[in-house]
Amino acid sequence: MTEIFGVPIQAFMGQLTIGLVNGCFYALLSLGLAVIFGMLNVVNFAHGALYMVGAFFSWMLLKYAGIGYWWALILAPIGVALIGIAIERTMLRWLYQLDHLYGLLLTFGLALIIEGIFRHHYGSSGQPYDLPEVFRGAFDLGFMFLPKYRAWVVVMSIVVCLATWYIIERTRLGAYLRAGTENPKLVQAFGINVPLMVTLTYGAGVGLAGLAGVMAAPVYLVNPTMGSSIIIVVFAVVVIGGMGSILGSIITGLALGLIEGLTKVFYPEASNTVVFIIMAIVLLLRPAGLFGREK
Amino acid sequence: MGDLALKVSDLNAWYGESHILHGVNFEVGKGELVTLLGRNGAGRTTTLKAILGLAGRRTGSVKVNGIEAIGLATHRIARLGLGYCPEERGIFSSLSCEENLLLPPVVGKAGLSVDEIYAMFPNLKERRNSQGTRLSGGEQQMLAMARILRSGADILLLDEVTEGLAPVIVQALGRVIRQLKDKGFTIILVEQNFRFAAPLADRHYVIEHGKVAEVVEKAELAAKTDLLHEYLGV
Repeated sequence: MTEIFGVPIQAFMGQLTIGLVNGCFYALLSLGLAVIFGMLNVVNFAHGALYMVGAFFSWMLLKYAGIGYWWALILAPIGVALIGIAIERTMLRWLYQLDHLYGLLLTFGLALIIEGIFRHHYGSSGQPYDLPEVFRGAFDLGFMFLPKYRAWVVVMSIVVCLATWYIIERTRLGAYLRAGTENPKLVQAFGINVPLMVTLTYGAGVGLAGLAGVMAAPVYLVNPTMGSSIIIVVFAVVVIGGMGSILGSIITGLALGLIEGLTKVFYPEASNTVVFIIMAIVLLLRPAGLFGREK
Repeated sequence: MGDLALKVSDLNAWYGESHILHGVNFEVGKGELVTLLGRNGAGRTTTLKAILGLAGRRTGSVKVNGIEAIGLATHRIARLGLGYCPEERGIFSSLSCEENLLLPPVVGKAGLSVDEIYAMFPNLKERRNSQGTRLSGGEQQMLAMARILRSGADILLLDEVTEGLAPVIVQALGRVIRQLKDKGFTIILVEQNFRFAAPLADRHYVIEHGKVAEVVEKAELAAKTDLLHEYLGV
């Protein structure tokens, strides 16, 4: 069998695709965090919990209503976005005048409450989500087998990330968002309803987390703690990429997933810590992150 | 004086605990150009901000084109036809020159077309793809004014547009402001540069300690020059 650096190529490519899939989830989640941080100046600790809620929504839709994956891909993110809008309207909006820390504490508390509710009702063992029929099986690429669903996750995530980037960097709506990030009062003085824009931005940001949750449901078990286990890594991604940088969070998310995968091949003991080692190095050398702008 | 574009009555404003405006009164007819003169810290910039609801708590009355705006949110006030050019210019660095220009949504019918604006400010056309904050100070000032001309706002609030600019650019801005007045825009000009403002304005309001201390009509200008110099400390 062919080997790469003494590792069978099948195992190598397998870990690499797992890494890439993880990277896709990191990218989707850190993208939402970056959008929210840019506009609201809130470090949204509830992001992981809402990702978990997205996964649970798709599981519930299937189990209780018989609604399958494709509809869940649309309905669950909308549901999560509505929860986000309610959170922003009733709680977060009172904290913008205060230090960042208050938003962080509020969303952290919400994350614990949401996770607690799901743990209370569904236990912590995790529920399997069956793959839709079309995604069973794998593509034979010659040097490796690529499971169809993993391919789908990668393609779909990249499309969603690029679409989000395009909207923010290249459209008129995106110009409002970028301008609002810099100087919300002036944008409002031009006649734009900034408070509404902030609410919808938060909804869209957590909607992305919900979408990631739906896509993650068939990959991992649908588990109340799935959010808190991924969110720490995602925050590391955001710090490495640079707070608030859109393209930075996408590239960093994918890259760190791959690096994690590679570490699993060559030095498995470090695979859970490699992201944080990189984060520490980046913080020492470039405190604003790889793609961040110094303020 | 015909219809009023803006009528400010007993306007009070606070930044947190500190009471900044103590009952400002003034009015501007449609198509008029008035200035708010005064020393730094007298409350001129705060008056403009308070009209738009940008300056913390406020009381009194602000009527824009006849509609009471004191209880409205900032974006609704803007949509009554106000265009705001802030003292710090407020050019967005994450937007290109043209994106900055196209940013303000259309709020009224008086707007100039993009071509008319580029004819008025040829530099902006040349630099339309540059990052907004890469423009020179003068170009940024032109951009800050140009972008509120497109939106159709018929009342322009211009805060210290000549500050820190070279004399040749100040002259160019003077010509632009005169053109805008001829086109029927109503203009409220906050100025330090009295020599710039004097030939343009129909009326001057001197602001001191958060209220209007003196009103000087254009016709009285010669007679009251000494008084104005005393107020402005020049």
